[in-house]
Amino acid sequence: METQRRGKSTCVFGEMPFIASTASVVGPREGQGPLGTGFDVVYKDTLAGESSWEKSESRMIRQAVDIALAKVSLTDDDVDFLLAGDLLNQITASGFMGRDHDIPFLGLYGACSTMMEGLGLGGALVAGGFARKIVATASSHHDTAERQYRYPSEYGYQRSPTSQWTVTGAGAALVSNEGPGPRIESFTAGRIQDHGIIDPNDMGSAMAPAFVDTLSRHLQDMERTPKDYDLILSGDLGRIGSIVTRHLLKEKGIDVTGVHQDAGLLIYEMTPDICSGASGCGCIATVFAAKVWKEINSGKLGRVLLVATGALHSPTTCQQNESIPSIAHAVSVVGVSN
Amino acid sequence: MTLVSAFLVGGLLCALAQLILDTTKANPAILMVSAVSLGAVLSGLGLYAPLVKLGGAGATIPLTGFGHALVTGMVEDARQIGLFGILTGGFRATSSALMVAVVFGYLMAVLFNPKG
Amino acid sequence: MARATVREAETYNMLVKGFHPPRKVARNFVKAYMVGGSICVVGQVILDYFVRRDIPFVQASSMTSSSMVFLGALLTGLGVYDEIGRFAGMGSALPITGFANSIVSPAMEFKREGFVLGVAARMFQIAGPVIVYGSLASVIVSILKVFVF
Repeated sequence: METQRRGKSTCVFGEMPFIASTASVVGPREGQGPLGTGFDVVYKDTLAGESSWEKSESRMIRQAVDIALAKVSLTDDDVDFLLAGDLLNQITASGFMGRDHDIPFLGLYGACSTMMEGLGLGGALVAGGFARKIVATASSHHDTAERQYRYPSEYGYQRSPTSQWTVTGAGAALVSNEGPGPRIESFTAGRIQDHGIIDPNDMGSAMAPAFVDTLSRHLQDMERTPKDYDLILSGDLGRIGSIVTRHLLKEKGIDVTGVHQDAGLLIYEMTPDICSGASGCGCIATVFAAKVWKEINSGKLGRVLLVATGALHSPTTCQQNESIPSIAHAVSVVGVSN
Repeated sequence: MTLVSAFLVGGLLCALAQLILDTTKANPAILMVSAVSLGAVLSGLGLYAPLVKLGGAGATIPLTGFGHALVTGMVEDARQIGLFGILTGGFRATSSALMVAVVFGYLMAVLFNPKG
Repeated sequence: MARATVREAETYNMLVKGFHPPRKVARNFVKAYMVGGSICVVGQVILDYFVRRDIPFVQASSMTSSSMVFLGALLTGLGVYDEIGRFAGMGSALPITGFANSIVSPAMEFKREGFVLGVAARMFQIAGPVIVYGSLASVIVSILKVFVF
């Protein structure tokens, strides 16, 4: 059997799977941002008509899956795997959403890297012939994240200038063995990095080494340079993380100027309380669904590398003064003409 | 004590706490704990009572004043009834504030929902 | 290397610190001063009111603190105190209104987990240390003051 790997750590798909459709469901703040009109559903408040924020997050991720299927007139019966994850303990937003879909469920935890973990794994399942269609989805919610990781919402505290604002939103992508649509070309899974950052309010700096490790391995395996891509989209490095990353890349002789953009800096109007930018699984998931996938589909972008980064800490580890390990998963997607 | 001195003393205590927050590794929790402890120590040294005379609410409203109230109550009871007074005096002095916090905290939870 | 050595971690932390935006120390100082001072002025107005009605100072002071706790609780319930806190930092966290906010906000937040295991159990999540360390410090200080010195 022919191997579908290149270099040391990248999976390259012979029969490239298609990302046939995407969907994004977001909260009010995201809807008011620069990508506002691109989202499929924008809720007027973060409760979305539910009785708790956890239920609201579950509702959003369920809707994202429903819309992604509806756009190509498919139902649960057509889908072989549902790969889903979020930031909550025991990934309950995804798990509880899975009750409403009779699809074999694979729960994932990669923090903010979850969407690319799902797209990469899902792409491999389809490319390997183990699935005809899969849905990859990830969500996050500002209020569920605050009450789990930080403070009650009515607590008056000052945000650190390096902190990031968790996105309230869910993005989903349907990956299929038949087109049309942009195609998943390769998947480079991340290796967990830990360079000793202990401040959970500076996740950008904690995640930068993971981004650098995955990107450099991917480029080496594929024998490419950043210029071979029209866009290298990072998940949510934020302002600080992006600056640190570019510095670290330069030390390795990799220059991403003109090609690199960060989803965490695209989704909001950068007001002072956003501090360093957006974060959360929903960040790159919704930005990909609402903007990047559409641009690849329309031919505006030819080849894109999506590198989602995640910080793998918990409130407990931070209280125990542990540093923050991070991971970054990369998926390259090519347009119809490539 | 006047409105002006209350503003100046109270504002200064808060601003100094903010300065420490911005220039050291301290976080708000550590600062609040340090403030109440510092108030207790200064009270024991007899340094906080003059500050109250000068700043009035500017000295009693910040958490340092809470530490001062605890010590004042304990010392008073201990001087009257002996060692056991240490245990009775603290919350005797501050009980009303704590009661209000618990009772009205509960009430607010019943009446209002967090807005996010 | 996936896991940095202690020295590599130190170097990285220093590098990262260099890229952090400078803290607006002066501006935060002024904001904390303004808000903290104003809250204390409100307290002073209430204190003067009680003193004028011939209530002994210690009791008046106690009643003032209770009133300010109520005020902090109300502003938290109305969803206003978090906005003040974002602006003022320690200017709203240090006064006793901030103490109230730290009790009322978890009480409201965890209502969805029920009134016993949510509201009641988690009410002192943030304020607990103040009560514990306040008690410890004052006990030690008082024993020293009354029985040692």
